[in-house]
Amino acid sequence: MIDNEVVTLSRLQFALTALYHFLFVPLTLGLSWMLAIMEAVYVMTGREIWKRMTQFWGVLFGINFAMGVATGVTMEFQFGTNWAYYSHYVGDVFGTPLAIEGLMAFFLEATLIGLFFFGWDRLSRVKHLLVTTFLALGTNLSALWILIANAWMQNPVGAEFNLDTMRMEVTSFATVAFNPVAQSKFVHTVSAGYVLGAMFVLSISAWYLLKGRNIEFAKRSMTVAASFGLASALSVVVLGDESGYTVSENQKMKLAAIEAMWDTEKPPAAFTAFGFPDVAERKTHFAIHIPWVMGIIGTRSLDGVLPGINQLVEEAAQRIENGRIAYAAMQRLRADRNDTQARADFDAHKKDLGYALLLRKVVADPAHATPADVQTAANSTIPNVPVLFWAFRIMVGCGFYFIALFGYSFWLASKRQLDRHRWYLKLALYSLPLPWVAIELGWIVAEYGRQPWAIEGVLPTALGVSSVSAGQVLFSLCGFVIFYTALAVVDGVLMAKYARRGPDGLGISPEVKPSLGAAS
Amino acid sequence: MIDYETLRLLWWLILGVLLIGFAIMDGFDFGVAALLRVLGHNDEERRVLLETVEPVWEGNQVWFILGGGAVFAAWPFVYAVAFSGLYVAMFLLLVAFILRPVGFSYRNKLNDPRWRNAWDWVLTVSGLVPMLIFGVAFGNLFLGLPFRLDAEMRMTYEGGFFGLLSPFAVLSGLVSIAMLLAHGASYAAFKADESLAERSGRVARIAALAYIVFYLLAGAWLAFGLPGYAIVSAVNGNAPSNPLLKQVAIQGHWFAGYAAHPAFWLAPLAALVGAVGSIVLISARKYFAGFLASSLVCAGTILSAGFALFPFLMPSSLDPNSSLTVFDASSSQTTLGIMLVVVIIFLPIVLAYTSWVYRVLRGRVTLEHIKHHLGY
Repeated sequence: MIDNEVVTLSRLQFALTALYHFLFVPLTLGLSWMLAIMEAVYVMTGREIWKRMTQFWGVLFGINFAMGVATGVTMEFQFGTNWAYYSHYVGDVFGTPLAIEGLMAFFLEATLIGLFFFGWDRLSRVKHLLVTTFLALGTNLSALWILIANAWMQNPVGAEFNLDTMRMEVTSFATVAFNPVAQSKFVHTVSAGYVLGAMFVLSISAWYLLKGRNIEFAKRSMTVAASFGLASALSVVVLGDESGYTVSENQKMKLAAIEAMWDTEKPPAAFTAFGFPDVAERKTHFAIHIPWVMGIIGTRSLDGVLPGINQLVEEAAQRIENGRIAYAAMQRLRADRNDTQARADFDAHKKDLGYALLLRKVVADPAHATPADVQTAANSTIPNVPVLFWAFRIMVGCGFYFIALFGYSFWLASKRQLDRHRWYLKLALYSLPLPWVAIELGWIVAEYGRQPWAIEGVLPTALGVSSVSAGQVLFSLCGFVIFYTALAVVDGVLMAKYARRGPDGLGISPEVKPSLGAAS
Repeated sequence: MIDYETLRLLWWLILGVLLIGFAIMDGFDFGVAALLRVLGHNDEERRVLLETVEPVWEGNQVWFILGGGAVFAAWPFVYAVAFSGLYVAMFLLLVAFILRPVGFSYRNKLNDPRWRNAWDWVLTVSGLVPMLIFGVAFGNLFLGLPFRLDAEMRMTYEGGFFGLLSPFAVLSGLVSIAMLLAHGASYAAFKADESLAERSGRVARIAALAYIVFYLLAGAWLAFGLPGYAIVSAVNGNAPSNPLLKQVAIQGHWFAGYAAHPAFWLAPLAALVGAVGSIVLISARKYFAGFLASSLVCAGTILSAGFALFPFLMPSSLDPNSSLTVFDASSSQTTLGIMLVVVIIFLPIVLAYTSWVYRVLRGRVTLEHIKHHLGY
């Protein structure tokens, strides 16, 4: 049996450290391209103000980047420290994209960031622009490989269980790399990062305009942010829809939970815009339905069927029964490698082996599971419906709000009236936290919605833990909470201080042109 | 396709290359951080020292991240057993790796002496802790770690954090600390303001001398005081990765491999020649050459340890048959093959742009230069 306390604490630690890391990374993704855009304008026009914009936003970028790097280290090693069995079970597949990420992407961005700050006086304009561009490229490639790894957890293609080594092994690396889920996730996630980057620049610039400081600087920054933000906000919603479509193909339960769709509906299914999902009764109270929308998003057709939660639970129960056959065959094969009947049984049912492992949380030996145990395990495949339902809706609501805000900003910018309405500037300023809210909720929908699986259909989360004691995990969890809180305070104070001092206060102004050397 | 056994040996070498890359590149910024308060007597000197590593530490840290990723991909058993077994030590290591970046980039952001002093201490500790933990971890490999694998390859570890601090492991930690302090100080000697070179060179020479003493002591202990591990069943380098299919006995000593392959002796020889060489070169004010010599020390030390352990990666003291070796702890042949291609393509590219960056940044960081900075 698994120590449930260790599982809970390990999950909590993973969620906290991942959510925390994910506060910084998306800003890096978006801000890096905006720096490249601003610097490109500088190189093309030769106007100093664009260089100062690059340098000033670069200072804030640097503060954020350090936090991204620092908290990323934890993520790279946490699979080993807290999810040792997971690491053994899928390391053959999952480790590869992580290693490629380091070699192809992270090395690039981390090596070049030093030159971004220290290279202004040492490099020609074009070379420095190239450094900034490759820095942006590196951060985005980094996201690509991480999301290829993550997509494999959602949709484990191109791999097979190997009885000799008791783990999943790659059968086709191309299939892993070109996982359709990875592609839709990548574009959706980086667009979300771009929206955050744009909002960051928009909000802080709006504050300068409200204060009547750095007017020209702020207007130009806002113009870049408005156009970049509008394009990104449109793509994050459109590509988020694509992401929903790919989910419907392999994670039907996640989709049904997001929709609180308890029973299969006659196609095309309706979208539940509002309601209160009731887990105990498996009903959604006060539901407001919009006909057809869900069926069209989820199946791209009018007649495709989206199964409901209750039907998916029945299906899971059947797969658990199949999985038990594979699990029993595996034990027989361990005793006698040449047992051909056992080999045949195993091969026939091995795709459901992961479902048998769900029983390990219920009974010590899946061979002795009662029908009630099977039902308990099948019910455990339902993720937390109300959380997913609401997280998804708030995220989508934010998405549409971003389109509206950036659309209006774009219109104002093109009319050169960005500083006309104080209410608009205030709105832009106070919208600053929203992209973070949407991004964190997006993580929750994707990863909390994957539960109870670590690898969808292959390895339950509970089985992936390390053989460490609950006390050890509690120790590290408390440590992370303390360290991360302290760092968040320091980071917030510095960010606010530098944003408040602004390009004028920092001496990045037309009269003096100091080297920004020590600003990394 | 290359056969499985060759791939495993190649990946064992690549693991060595990554570790050496990590020790040389990240090692000097650990060293500079740890010696910040010793080499820099006032804020300006410390800012000079910090600026010698500030533009490059992020790239250097990737050697560690990449090492983690590569071990995950190529040696998943090692990744799982090492990091969960050494749980508390890993946590302390991670804290150091989290605090160090933040220290580098935040220390100069405010002009308050208390703020800067506090971060200087953070940097000192976060430089020393990784040196110590890596050294202690290496030492424990020779002692064997108390883990076992069950039939489903689930690992259990029966030992705590303080169990790691046995005398031999602590000695190994001292080897690592002396080595990287010497390395960091010799970096400062050729990279920081001329006026700091004398002081840095003196520290580098003392640390190098200490390294020679600790390293020889550890070698002697290994030769006369510790039993070795040996695979006593037949070794099939092409078999699937299942550590439980072999028999291991605790017998002989860790120098058995050196007896079988005399070329292995080149590694400890390189380490000692490098250490003596760095002392001589630094005394002659050939600081850059001294730094190269101390890089040779890093390479020689890691190789000499890896050769002694071969073919073991992580011996188990609790259940020797569970020990992880080059031939039974790797990922699949397909994965090793793909990763080899990736390394062959991308490692040279990484080395190319890294050396370009260092060329752009060449020259000493002077006090004069720091005075003209805004300090943020």
